[in-house]
Amino acid sequence: MYYPHTPGPQALASGTDLASGTAITRREFVRLVTLAGSGLTLGIVRPAVAESAPGAAAAGPLVMPFVRIAPDNTVTVIAKHLEAGQGVWTGLSAIVAEELDASWEQMRVESAPAQVPLYGNLAFGGKLQATGGSTAIANSWEQLRQAGATARAMLVVAAARQWRVAAADITVSEGVVVHAASGKRARFGELAVAAAREPVPTGVPLKDPARFTLIGNEKLTRLDARDKSSGRQQFAIDVMLPGMMTALVLRPPRFGGKVSSFDASKALAVPGVVDVVQIPRGVAVVGRDLWSARKGREALTVSWDESAAEKRGTPELLKEYRALAWQKEAVLVAERGDAERALREARQRVEGEFEFPYLAHAPMEPLTAVCRLGPDKCEIWAGCQFQTVDQANAAAAVGLAPAQVSINTLAAGGTFGRRATPDSDYIAEVASIAKATGGRYPVRLIWTREDDITGGRYRPLNYHHVTAAIGRDGKVAYRQRIVGQSIIAGTAFGSMMKNGVDPTAVGGNAAEQYDLAHAHISWNAPKVGVPVLWWRSVENTHTAFSKEVMIDELAQAAGEDPVAFRLRLLGSRPRHVAALKLAAAKAGWDQPFPKAAGRGRGVAVHESFGSVVAQVAEVTVQGDTISVDRVVCAVDCGIAVTPDVVKAQMQSAIGFGLSAALHGRITLTGGRVDQSNFHQYPVLRINEMPRAIEVYIVPSGNAPSGVGEPGTPPIAPAVANAVRAATGIRLHSLPFDLAAARQA
Amino acid sequence: MAIKMTVNGAARELDVDPEMPLLWALRDHLQLTGTKFGCGMALCGACTVHLDGEPTRSCVTPVSAVQGRKVTTIEGLSGPAGRAVQSAWVDLNVPQCGYCQSGQIMSAAALLAAKPSPSDADIDSAMAGNLCRCATYPRIRSAIHQAAATLSAAGAAPARE
Repeated sequence: MYYPHTPGPQALASGTDLASGTAITRREFVRLVTLAGSGLTLGIVRPAVAESAPGAAAAGPLVMPFVRIAPDNTVTVIAKHLEAGQGVWTGLSAIVAEELDASWEQMRVESAPAQVPLYGNLAFGGKLQATGGSTAIANSWEQLRQAGATARAMLVVAAARQWRVAAADITVSEGVVVHAASGKRARFGELAVAAAREPVPTGVPLKDPARFTLIGNEKLTRLDARDKSSGRQQFAIDVMLPGMMTALVLRPPRFGGKVSSFDASKALAVPGVVDVVQIPRGVAVVGRDLWSARKGREALTVSWDESAAEKRGTPELLKEYRALAWQKEAVLVAERGDAERALREARQRVEGEFEFPYLAHAPMEPLTAVCRLGPDKCEIWAGCQFQTVDQANAAAAVGLAPAQVSINTLAAGGTFGRRATPDSDYIAEVASIAKATGGRYPVRLIWTREDDITGGRYRPLNYHHVTAAIGRDGKVAYRQRIVGQSIIAGTAFGSMMKNGVDPTAVGGNAAEQYDLAHAHISWNAPKVGVPVLWWRSVENTHTAFSKEVMIDELAQAAGEDPVAFRLRLLGSRPRHVAALKLAAAKAGWDQPFPKAAGRGRGVAVHESFGSVVAQVAEVTVQGDTISVDRVVCAVDCGIAVTPDVVKAQMQSAIGFGLSAALHGRITLTGGRVDQSNFHQYPVLRINEMPRAIEVYIVPSGNAPSGVGEPGTPPIAPAVANAVRAATGIRLHSLPFDLAAARQA
Repeated sequence: MAIKMTVNGAARELDVDPEMPLLWALRDHLQLTGTKFGCGMALCGACTVHLDGEPTRSCVTPVSAVQGRKVTTIEGLSGPAGRAVQSAWVDLNVPQCGYCQSGQIMSAAALLAAKPSPSDADIDSAMAGNLCRCATYPRIRSAIHQAAATLSAAGAAPARE
């Protein structure tokens, strides 16, 4: 028994472990994969009950890749995506339940095993099982509607056969199948066995959205709300396996360093320490519990080979970035009209230099993974965000084939991108430790908060230089030079590069988002040994900021209202216009803002991950302190599957973005990270959260688009614009430093 | 030498390094994993438990300091304030990733036990030690107000006891 407490719905994830055949036998696994290969991903598999392992009791006779209906009347959605707080379990389940006409109370969810193409993310071509880029609901929308509708059709046909009535006369509502004329009725659970005998229909018609009762329903309780309000939700850090040991890793103090030699004698003398082993990324100390591993790591001495390590600090890097911005060999990102000429001829130009620091994700659950290694199989428990990538990397670390590695995806205590690593850093580490200790015991690897903050994979350091002007013809000219590391170059995601441009470095720039007559955007990617990664909203964390601040300053230079000025440049973008108008209207933008010392309001609008978000921020500046009093947010995310989750994500994204705007900064001195824990890397606290956050959803009949990330980009520029309105001070670097900006 | 304490109403003995933080004794030795590790320096509040009724950061409290005392973790949270808080948390869909919420709930329950009708300023001050990276703060505020209202309604209707 792995679970120290009553398993929540998701805790049965191992019960559907396809690779080890617990709930579904290998024969059926082959069938399921075959069906998937032929495109019939909705195909039914029927596990022979006698062959089912104990513990799989919840598995019912109607088992489909994305939904299972059990005799106990529960409907379990098999989630191919990681739940990390963004509410995806609830959203995926709402889609299935809607088409199935299930009752919300009977819905359960569990994580899918790692398996492509069956559980591949269709937004990434289906070849990769991954959660990211705010794609979970968008890529599951049609797939899960079909899954729900197909299962419903089979329940109806089974009922019609049992009751000897016409299927067309049967209705389904809130988990009950009814034939009104005969008065016959049955719950899903009662029909599950019979339904499983029916052939799988294809092309089942989907529901008319006008009849949706769950999709778009404000009142749905999150499926994980109870377990997460009682301490019962299980995270990787809570997994307890018999005989499990706990490991910490001592990693090089500078990125790119390597173990030269180590002395384990003192560490091994610490009571409870059982092993000290070298792995590719450092030296692991394994103990009976976290405490002994920690004491052991403190006693460990390692000498490092830093010949290839990154030894530059932030000041040196920024100096180089500034110089790089003006080098001719920059990569051209976008060109419209003749920006150089228009800028040269303009009477009045605005110019801005922007600096964005490295940022740690700092999810509240420190990175943790558990590995149990046998002679021919390896099991991983973690908040896996890239399941099939993690599977392949763990397999490589232990010398097995990916099919021999089973991935148990648990709820993650936050990620914000941190768990989506092309090289599966912490999962590869735990597998390496299991391998180095011969699989003698299951091992849990924990990154302490210090390991997390100093461990790299940051939002890249960035420098932008922008010159903009309104030409004699009234048209805007805009030139931007972006300098920042590529996130994907040299990784397995390198094929996402287009014409030498990394979209995760430069996307969301002004040329993409406004109708600019003249624009020239270029990019320079310095080679730096600091590992970088996508961080909630990725490139938009910086490109939206410089864009929205410069557009605002242009409006000011032109003596125009910031909203009206933007609307003039958004003519061909009706979704931007609608979101901006909605936010402005709800914020009372047409009314003059009350004149009071230190008070101001600002606006920003940005599209990312297929959604458009506009925000109006109201601030009070006292001395060097910025307080954000109110944020009005409007979002167009297509159909809002779970509107309360959408609102929660906007609130969350605003808080996350504010945290970076007010505090977030990782710096390096001589290649060493200066911060180690929340005292030096503060994140937003409740007293800094705006008292009023209002979220409005733009009505839409379009398919769902991203929700987890798009709320982050507009908040920092909206606040900067509000501060400028209040004080005249231009904030161009993050985190905001009013004292420094006053000097500038 | 074993350290004796009461955990969630039951007498427990722990034969561990006396310097071990209570957090790790609870998690690794008593299998009470509802209390979370977030920072190890009393900076984030994820490890909050009640020690003789007072909200306490278990990550910096050595087990030796708990000898003979009463520990309540999220698994043992009960009483009107605790129940009202948990129920409001579910009702308002407060949790997102959920990892910090045990600590948030323990702090909120302690706040309401001491101050049944807190203002926003009281809430900010009592909860400022509990980080939430998902920034569920607006809902935490609302849920504490809702729990306070529930408690006040229950107090006004003693006949229902």
